[in-house]
Amino acid sequence: MIRTVRVGSAAGLHARAAALVAAAAAGQRVPVTVCRGGRAPVPADSVLGLLTLGAVCGVELTLEASGAGAADALANVADLLSRDLDAARG
Amino acid sequence: MVELLRGLGASAGTATAPAYRLADPPRLPLPRPVSDPDGELDRAYAAIDGVCADIGRRAAAADSPTTAEILRVQAALAGDRTLRDGVAVAIRAGHDAPHAVAAVLGEHRSALLAAGGLLAARAADLDDLRDRVVARCLGLPMPALPEPGCPYVLIAVDLSPADAALLDSARVLAVVTSAGSFLSHTAILARARGLPTVVACGGALDIADGTMLTVDGTAGRVTVGPARARPADRPPIRPAEPVDLRGQTADGHPLALLANIGCAAELAGVAVEGVGLFRTELLFQHHVDAPTMLEQVEAYADVFAAMPDRQVVVRTLDAGSDKPLPFLRESDEPNPALGIRGLRVARRRQDILQTQIAAIAAAARGSTARVAVMAPMVTTVAEAAQFTALCRDAGLPTVGVMIEVPAAAVRSVEILQVVDFLSVGTNDLSQYAFAADRRSGELADLLDPWQPALLSLIALSAAAGVAVGRPVGVCGEAAADPAFAVVLAGMGVTSLSMAPPAIPEVRAALAALTLDECRSVAQRVLAAGDPTAARAAAGM
Repeated sequence: MIRTVRVGSAAGLHARAAALVAAAAAGQRVPVTVCRGGRAPVPADSVLGLLTLGAVCGVELTLEASGAGAADALANVADLLSRDLDAARG
Repeated sequence: MVELLRGLGASAGTATAPAYRLADPPRLPLPRPVSDPDGELDRAYAAIDGVCADIGRRAAAADSPTTAEILRVQAALAGDRTLRDGVAVAIRAGHDAPHAVAAVLGEHRSALLAAGGLLAARAADLDDLRDRVVARCLGLPMPALPEPGCPYVLIAVDLSPADAALLDSARVLAVVTSAGSFLSHTAILARARGLPTVVACGGALDIADGTMLTVDGTAGRVTVGPARARPADRPPIRPAEPVDLRGQTADGHPLALLANIGCAAELAGVAVEGVGLFRTELLFQHHVDAPTMLEQVEAYADVFAAMPDRQVVVRTLDAGSDKPLPFLRESDEPNPALGIRGLRVARRRQDILQTQIAAIAAAARGSTARVAVMAPMVTTVAEAAQFTALCRDAGLPTVGVMIEVPAAAVRSVEILQVVDFLSVGTNDLSQYAFAADRRSGELADLLDPWQPALLSLIALSAAAGVAVGRPVGVCGEAAADPAFAVVLAGMGVTSLSMAPPAIPEVRAALAALTLDECRSVAQRVLAAGDPTAARAAAGM
């Protein structure tokens, strides 16, 4: 199952935003991978992997997951990716 | 023997104290053959877990949310499964634990550097992680902060977030690093703590322990050698704020001393005669789309309310180049510093500028502050004229432009025919006049504000103001240097805008000389052949 999403964080998927996404991905029932423009996919629960995507705001990412609960997992991770995680700061 | 080292000012303020160097972390030893891959992997995982727990403890004990946040991310990186998986693969391929960790982090480091910008600045965080895990694999301690028994200036290659979080401001008065950038976590944490910091300072590692240093985190300068008796070298005790905030020479010629700010909060507890540079980028930075008119009116009104009856110069959005904004989608430029930035953004998105000007005008109507507005990165008279028309139409009477592009500096007289004032941005003017990236540590000598060509360009704008009878201010970092401020006064500059903590020293330097004395200093400095001679002519 595949889903695409645009990065919503104003400063891109930098350290803090990546950590939030990775933490959420780790809490899903199935593993989710993230891929940017034909490059090798990285696990969505890896901060290191997400950082090295170099995804600035507006970049389109492809999420992939399979198995029971894949749709929910994709929706949850995509929702977070599409939000401005810096604006959410307290 | 006094020696001057230059770097990048990463956190404003000055301090004088003896230097002590943070020891280097344990080095990666020569590779050794691995006979028991499972045992080696256990060793690597134990080291990673130890680092993870250590950074987690520091995050929990952190004294500020910024520090805790940075450390939590660092702990998450240490505990990352990509790191563990990569290390497992590398060890099965025959690497020992320290080399496996270094190899995996090295690969990701290259990817971050390739991504550039904020992400490239995170490469230093991976280096620190590598050093910590390697040290644990080897059973060696990470070097602790020096404890010379007196307050000191900390010297290091770079400072990790974990170390920066432990800095006790009663003991460490300033930080100087040979690596690092304005975006590095060292710099961010130092700014959060108000710790004077100079990064990318070549030669910092050659300073012997115990040498007296004066660190100027505003100008990015480190003076090595015995402290001299001049105001900047006094201990960091601020003189009591005088009742009369106006800057003036000894013979009473006024020179407005104004504050550079990014939001109203920065004016809390600050007594100034006005704001000379209100950077509006902060308001735009955390937005996917441009902020609404209403949000902007509120933010501007907050600043105006803090400055009743006083001058506030609002600079319209200075996006692009080193300050990219997501909603402008400007990423495709081969050379962003020479591309669509500053006022040029209005070529593509006139609506953003119009909304901003309308918001400034609306906020100004409800306030007694003397609101002026200015545009960044103006190049031609025509651009200046268009900007003025736009502002006047919106009901803003006082309009100026920044002089940052040499093409504009040489046409200062003509530009002053269509605007009310000029404000010289020395940092960008120097970058564009010397064709030297302002973030390049290697080219710091070209970006020295005492370079004769830069001084000539500033003098050209100042003289234009005197000739036409309109104000010309300076709002770059150089304005915060008391000796430079005297030179600017002598050139005919009418206002200086700087970080508020720098104002008292500049006020004291100006009050010590008459305008004629400032003029003769300026003449001598302008006649100097190189930065060293220019400084000497200013009595530095």
